[in-house]
Amino acid sequence: MNKDFYSIFSLSDSAIVVDFGNVINEKINQKALNLAYAIGRAAFAGIKDIVPAYSSVTVHYDVVEILKHSSGETAFSIMKESLKKLLQQENENTEEQQRQIKIPVCYDEEFGWDLKDIAKVTKLTVEEIIQIHTSKKYKVFMVGFLPGFAYMGEVDPRIAMPRKAEPRTKISQGYVGIAGIQTGIYPLTSPGGWQIIGRTPLQLFNRENENPVLFKAGDEVEFFSITANEFYNY
Amino acid sequence: MSFTIIKAGILDTIQDCGRNGYQSSGINPGGVMDRFSARLSNALLGKNFDSPVIEIHFPSPVIRFNSSTILCLAGADFSPVINNHKLSLHQPVIINKGAILSFTKNLSGARCYLSILQNLELKQWLNSYSTNLKAGAGGFEGRALRAGDNIRFDEISLKNIDSKHDGFNVLPWKAEPQKQIATDTIELIEGNEWNWLTDESKQLFLQSRFQISTTADRMGFRLKGVPLKVKETTQLVSSGVGFGTLQLLPNGQLIVLMADHQTTGGYPRIAHVISAHLPCLAQKKPNNDCIFSFTDVATAEQKLLQQHQYLQSVQHAASFKIKDILQ
Repeated sequence: MNKDFYSIFSLSDSAIVVDFGNVINEKINQKALNLAYAIGRAAFAGIKDIVPAYSSVTVHYDVVEILKHSSGETAFSIMKESLKKLLQQENENTEEQQRQIKIPVCYDEEFGWDLKDIAKVTKLTVEEIIQIHTSKKYKVFMVGFLPGFAYMGEVDPRIAMPRKAEPRTKISQGYVGIAGIQTGIYPLTSPGGWQIIGRTPLQLFNRENENPVLFKAGDEVEFFSITANEFYNY
Repeated sequence: MSFTIIKAGILDTIQDCGRNGYQSSGINPGGVMDRFSARLSNALLGKNFDSPVIEIHFPSPVIRFNSSTILCLAGADFSPVINNHKLSLHQPVIINKGAILSFTKNLSGARCYLSILQNLELKQWLNSYSTNLKAGAGGFEGRALRAGDNIRFDEISLKNIDSKHDGFNVLPWKAEPQKQIATDTIELIEGNEWNWLTDESKQLFLQSRFQISTTADRMGFRLKGVPLKVKETTQLVSSGVGFGTLQLLPNGQLIVLMADHQTTGGYPRIAHVISAHLPCLAQKKPNNDCIFSFTDVATAEQKLLQQHQYLQSVQHAASFKIKDILQ
C-alpha cells in the first residue's frame, strides 16, 4: 500500500481528501472503498461524514471539535496524520460483505426510450443491446448526485454510448440509463442526460425506510429483463 | 403551544446545521445557509447552537404565535414587525399569544433566522431536523412552509413575565455581530484543480470582481465574471465537493456550491470559500459583488474558532439571563 500513489489535500478548511488518481478503475475504486471503511472503523473524533467516490475519499470534519485535542497543530494536520497512518496499514475489506443485487428491468419500447437510437449507432439490434446489458455484473463505484443514485460500471464497450447532447428535463424514478462506461438508475425525478434503456419497478430511495437508500458503493449488480405485465404487477 | 403560518414566504424551511453521515448515500447535508446567524439566534436565547430554526427569505411569511414565547431573529434585515412594533435583529423579545410577526422591507441580506425559546415538536429524519427538499423529507413534512401550517412547540411557563406594549417586551441584551462575519474579500483555500488554470486566468481571478447572478439559490450561486481558461481540457472523475467549493464550468464561468450542494461533482475545483466567510457569502443577493483572495488553512481554522468562541460567550451569558426570567 505504501508504494502506491496517493495525494492528500484540503477541501476547504473543514474537509480532507485522499485521492488515488483521476481514474475510473475497479482496483483504485476498491482502495478508496477499503480506506472509507477503515476510517469508519477507526472512529476518529470530530468526523462528520466519509464520502467515497470513484478514486478518492473525502472526510468532512468538525474543526472546533478536533482543535480541542490539538497542542498547536491545525485540525487539517491532525486529520492528515491519522489518515497517513491508516494508509500504511493493509486495509482489506474484511467485514463488509459484498452484496449481490439483481435488478428487474423492463426494456420495452415504452420505457427504453433511447434503445432504437443506440441500435442505429452501434449497428446492434435492440435484443442484442438488452442481452449485452443483462449479461454482465456491474460494480457500484459510488453513490452520489441524488439520494440513492448508484454509479455502476463498467458497461461493455459495444453499448457504452456517451451522454445525450441535450439532456431531458424530466426523468422519473426507476429509469435505467447508460453514460459511457457507466450505467445507473434514477432514484428520483430529475433532469438527466443519460441514455435511457428501460425501467425498474424497484424503489431505490424510500424516505420512510430506516435505510432509505438501496445501493451502497461496493455492491455487485446484475440486471434481468421482465415483461411490461410483470413490471406493472411487481 | 404553536405558531401558524398565516401567509407563506417565498421559501421558508426548518433547518438545523445539517444532516451528517449520509453523503455516501447521495443524501447531502443541507442545513442553514448562514450558520453563524442561525447559531446566533439560538445562542441569544441560551439554546443549543444547532437547534432547528426557520430559515426565511424575502418575500417573507406572516406568522401568528398561538401562545406566548421568547423569540430572536438574526441574519438578514427584512424590517421585522410584531403587532406594529419594529423589531431589532439580534435581540430577544417576549411576545404574547396572538402576536403576529411580519417582514416589511428587504433592507439587507438574503436569509433571516427565527428561533424561539421552546423546542419545536418535530421528528428528525436521519438524525437531523433539516429539510431536504429533493428527498421530500425532514423539517416540516419535507417541504417549504405553506399558509395554514401549524408548528407545535413545547410548553414553558412564562407566567412570571408581565407584558408591556400589547404583548411585546424587548429583553435587555443584544448582539452586534457584524465585526464577527463582515469581510471585504471572500477568503479561499486553494482547490486541488487550481493549477489547471492558465497563469493569465489565475491572475484575472484574483484581480476581478465577480457578481452573484440571478441563478443563485440554496444549491449554489452562479457567478458572472471574466471567463477563466484551463491549460488542458481534462475530465475530472466525480469526487468530493463541499459547501463553498468554487467549480469551473465548461463555459469558463464559476459556480460556488452552497448548503444544498450535491454530494459529489465532476467539475474542476478551483478553490473553496473558508467556513468563516460562508455567512457573509450566504447573505449576498443577485448583483452583489465578490472579490476573492487566498489564505491558508491555519488562518481559516482560527477565524472559525474565533466565531465559535464569540457564539459560546453569547450563549453562556444568555442562558443565565433566560433562567432568571423564567423563575
